[in-house]
Amino acid sequence: MSDTTSWRGWLLSDTPTSRRHAKLSALYQGWLSFRSNTMAMFGLGILVTLILIALAAPLLAPHDPFVQNLGNRLAPLGTEGHVLGTDSLGRDILSRLIYGSRITLYIVALVALIAPIAGLLVGTVSGYAGGWIDVVLMRITDIFLAFPRLVLALAFVAALGAGIENAVLAISLTAWPPYARIARAETLTIRSSDYIAAIRLQGAGALRIITRHIWPLCISSLIVRVTLDMAGIILAAAGLGFLGLGAQPPSPEWGAMISEGRRFILDHWWVATMPGLAIFTVSLAFNLLGDGLRDVLDPKSSEK
Amino acid sequence: MAPLAPWIKGTLLTLGSIAVTMLGLLFITFIIGRVMPIDPVLAIVGERASQSTYDAVYLELGLDKPLLVQFFYYIWDVIRGDFGTSLLNARPVSEDIARVFPATLELATLGVIVGIVLGIPLGVVAAVRKGSWIDQIARVIALVGYSMPIFWLGLMGLLIFYGILGWVGGPGRVGIFYVDVVPSVTGMILIDSLIDGNWDVFKDAFSHIVLPASLLGYYSLAYISRMTRSFMLEQLSAEYVTTARVKGMSEWNVIWKHAFKNIRVQLITVIALSYANLLEGSVLTEIIFSWPGIGSYITTALLSADMNAVLGGTVVVGLIFILLNIFSDLLYKVFDPRAR
Amino acid sequence: MNLLDVENLWVRFPSRRGVFDAVRGVSFTLGRERLGIVGESGSGKSMTGRAILRLIRPPGIVTADQISLEGVDLMKKSEREMRSVRGQRISMVMQDPKFSLNPVMTIGNQIIEAYRLHNRASKSEAYAKSLEMLEAVSIRDPERVMRAYPHEMSGGMGQRIMIAMMLIPNPEILIADEPTSALDVSVQRQVLDIMDRLVKERGMGLIFISHDLNLVADFCDRVLIMYAGRIVEICDADKLHDAQHPYTRGLLNSLPRLDAPKDRLEVLQRDPEWADADSVSGRV
Repeated sequence: MSDTTSWRGWLLSDTPTSRRHAKLSALYQGWLSFRSNTMAMFGLGILVTLILIALAAPLLAPHDPFVQNLGNRLAPLGTEGHVLGTDSLGRDILSRLIYGSRITLYIVALVALIAPIAGLLVGTVSGYAGGWIDVVLMRITDIFLAFPRLVLALAFVAALGAGIENAVLAISLTAWPPYARIARAETLTIRSSDYIAAIRLQGAGALRIITRHIWPLCISSLIVRVTLDMAGIILAAAGLGFLGLGAQPPSPEWGAMISEGRRFILDHWWVATMPGLAIFTVSLAFNLLGDGLRDVLDPKSSEK
Repeated sequence: MAPLAPWIKGTLLTLGSIAVTMLGLLFITFIIGRVMPIDPVLAIVGERASQSTYDAVYLELGLDKPLLVQFFYYIWDVIRGDFGTSLLNARPVSEDIARVFPATLELATLGVIVGIVLGIPLGVVAAVRKGSWIDQIARVIALVGYSMPIFWLGLMGLLIFYGILGWVGGPGRVGIFYVDVVPSVTGMILIDSLIDGNWDVFKDAFSHIVLPASLLGYYSLAYISRMTRSFMLEQLSAEYVTTARVKGMSEWNVIWKHAFKNIRVQLITVIALSYANLLEGSVLTEIIFSWPGIGSYITTALLSADMNAVLGGTVVVGLIFILLNIFSDLLYKVFDPRAR
Repeated sequence: MNLLDVENLWVRFPSRRGVFDAVRGVSFTLGRERLGIVGESGSGKSMTGRAILRLIRPPGIVTADQISLEGVDLMKKSEREMRSVRGQRISMVMQDPKFSLNPVMTIGNQIIEAYRLHNRASKSEAYAKSLEMLEAVSIRDPERVMRAYPHEMSGGMGQRIMIAMMLIPNPEILIADEPTSALDVSVQRQVLDIMDRLVKERGMGLIFISHDLNLVADFCDRVLIMYAGRIVEICDADKLHDAQHPYTRGLLNSLPRLDAPKDRLEVLQRDPEWADADSVSGRV
């Protein structure tokens, strides 16, 4: 008991004794203010659960998600052994949803890595270099921004061929420009600050300044933006899956599952309804989490 | 040379930047279509064509020329409105698009009207009564809108309002008895049926469009109400609002005559963006509702690897995006004295 | 009789960390005079001005034994009744015309609106009246200014327009909340003179809120000194330099004076007791 209070005291100390102490203390205070946001905690809870489900899928799934049983197709909700029923090939919907969480997380994680990093590269180079490099790079960014995102992603996938990796690539290609804009704006303010001038006088090169001093400061605004974008990424991936351009059958991708269930929507509604609920829950969780993170990390742009 | 008048310079700059954006857009579609992975010749002649047929088509497409030259040919084609012929039905892609586009326009326009009519008042009230139950409801509406897959919500809508309740017409623009009953003038069936004076067709068409349009309207409402709220909050804390109150003005007039006037400009941009998003959101909605618009057209073409049709559709949607941007910039200048 | 009688005015803002008292039991009266309220930022002087007009928005809470305008308690009026007090009987000029004028309305429309809210007048009458008012605040070429937008005006012009707009319904009391703080020093005096002339001509009461002790001493008849939401001292403006309260003395000593040059100005030392002491009544 007294042990925990002293930890709290150490973390909340006004006079940090070392750099790490200050960092941990800042983190802890951020966490405290985040924790007081019930909705954001709710979102975080859902996402943690989702990750656990994805990790433990083989243990949790009551059935093999790929095994067909044509004798027991389109079984309704609450059927014995199939809580969420079965699909048109007699596969257990719950098990497919559980395995599908892996695909969703995989796509989101990849896009959330590729797009911000690409945007960060373009944005910082553009902002730091200035001049015609800046003009050209920002023009390109504007052109991508002017494009309808889903339609562009469709065209990319059409050219590249359907599949999860190509869907990831297509979504990333349409998702990077806003990050580039943010990173450029941050770079412009940082670049003109005195401490950058000081580092430059000490002989630091452009590469060192960008990677060591500019990137770390861009991270927090990018993280907020990424979290807020996650829901959009999930919806885009599900949309591509629904159109048959993402994960290919028999893969239990949620969007593709809705597409399969669509044919039976009027008579066997649960087949399409359940994966939709899964998508809704996860993207809602990301939205709630994003709102909460924005309040903690970026108080000036929060709505409150 | 005499210096140019500022407004001429401004116009030239704007035109230049539009031209560059359009060129960029065409360049991307060009890259996707010609350079990326699929052999465009194979796509036309098929796998089993003889070498001589292959070579003939290769030359016909101009693929022996340098890429830059090919790009200029491509631009020239697009300027003339030539997107090539569809591989699927051998008709010019531009004709197909002209035929399907009004259906999408009708749907998206109705959707954005729903979004504006409901979204703006909701956003204003949420800002004025910040923290009240109505603000909370507005927040939930927006959150749900941001989190729900549009195609799934469409399916659920069909299931409930068509399948179970039977309140609305099912998929398609009109019931089968009314197909091609009224002559196509604008291509928008609600307007065409009114022109023709055919009330039955109008009612039937309305019962079909009401669900997908409300659905799209819901998404634009979510966005518009959120943006309206945050713009309004910013204005309500401004000092000129206090001035208006000091004058002895009623709260209603303070809100609508003073604060709201100041967010019109920002709202225009939001509405233009929202409209553009609806054109895009209609891709998935149209499939659910078997709506014969540009979204259905692009996806059908896509699944049959009809690249000309896909890229033609992409270019058209992209151009509309750019036009909407220009349009909102122009309106900006009308409504904001500081931007003139 | 007094124009305005404020008794035991409190302004509170509940927050997560408890209630914050912005104004704590302030009492004063205003006749046909120029009353200055001086204090540093956060002393509650602006809040006092706004509370008189009942402009404190929720979650802020205003309580007072009375805020009487010629014997009628404003605290007992409904919001609708308050609207005929605002502008018409009590008006307010705020700090920065850049923010206090609506940027997307022409100046003419804003002045005409202020007039027509309280007077049944045709548009042309209101227009003529507005021109007259603009001339009264020494605006040259008022027709052009009527058509212009606020961003086309300089700060000094903007503030004169603001004064014209606030005085056009002919109120009895004008609250001027730091009316010259955002202006260039060169035009401050001009704006003050115009305001002073109009207030005198019309026999109005003026509450002049400022952080500038010398300005207030120069310009007002009587001065209230506020600290931490309370009135700590009241004195006649011409006797300000004989003030007794240590806070007022501290403020005075921290300002350079031409007639008594010093090598080193004093730094204001604050005594926590000042904040806890009861408010001095400014009622006459």
